[in-house]
Amino acid sequence: MKRFLIPLGIFIVLVGFLGIGLNLNPREVPSPLIGKPAPDFKLPLLSDPARQLSPEDLRGKVWLFNVWASWCASCRQEHDLLLELSRQGSVPIYGMDYKDQPGDAQTVLARYGNPYVETVVDIDGRAGINFGVYGVPETYLIDKGGIIRYKHTGPLTQEILDRKILPLVKELQS
Amino acid sequence: MKMDMKRVQQAGLIIFALLLPHAAIAGEAVPVAEDPVLEQRMISLSEDLRCLVCQNESLAGSHADLAQDLRQEIRDQMRSGKSDEQVVDYLTQRYGDFVLYKPPLKPLTWLLWFGPFVLLFGTAGGFYFYLKRRGTRLASESLSAEEKKRVEELLGNNGNES
Repeated sequence: MKRFLIPLGIFIVLVGFLGIGLNLNPREVPSPLIGKPAPDFKLPLLSDPARQLSPEDLRGKVWLFNVWASWCASCRQEHDLLLELSRQGSVPIYGMDYKDQPGDAQTVLARYGNPYVETVVDIDGRAGINFGVYGVPETYLIDKGGIIRYKHTGPLTQEILDRKILPLVKELQS
Repeated sequence: MKMDMKRVQQAGLIIFALLLPHAAIAGEAVPVAEDPVLEQRMISLSEDLRCLVCQNESLAGSHADLAQDLRQEIRDQMRSGKSDEQVVDYLTQRYGDFVLYKPPLKPLTWLLWFGPFVLLFGTAGGFYFYLKRRGTRLASESLSAEEKKRVEELLGNNGNES
């Protein structure tokens, strides 16, 4: 009897490991920037290219930084969720239009609604590289001191908002 | 004989077809910059870096937009006099150790580096002791007088009958 228990045990452990491995998302690369200050940038606004915005201007606020683009199909998936979030007003959302034509981005916002307080334009993707962007959409939660507290790669879901982001926002705002 | 010739030709064609994509890949990362030395340095560095978009491709071989941007960034930084190490630091600060195809040796990666050897020597050791124990057990197993008699009886009977 014992002879069979050992291979069975090994088998179960192996299945456990494989099961965990299958459920991991390989696209979810842990960001080394969490707990570090948000990289600085000074970029023109989508609404008014003559004006610029920098993370420094948002000191003292907890804010969401959402990297998106008009060419990014999965950004459309989270768009309604972002609109809903901006209506609730619990946390301001700032956008970054990543490697995009400003005209296209404006069209998207005009057609589907604009959840962003402001959107900055990163045409050459340099600011994106500084944030470690590798797949839009990406969303960062930045605290009052300008520290990145959370990062989500891929479209946001209601579950992630409810379970991770909104509780953290509440904690950071208090 | 003619049939065989055709076979050979077919096989040759298949082999040729299999080699084709390889030739295409080999031509991909052709240096286009004005400075071939710097370009070569950039490529040899980015061969050890992972493209984050298509994760099983190196930064040198990837056609992803981000990979092109990152190669440009590496080029710029090298041009401004940064060492390979500084460039790699720049990338790991932003993308983490994940960009490195050769993960650094640190407590978090000990399992990754030493795990296979632990497993190998562990099982080899286990197997050695198992065999040793089995050997002594087999050697020490002796039969009682009664059992011996029964063995002889059985063998003897067999011999008689056949």
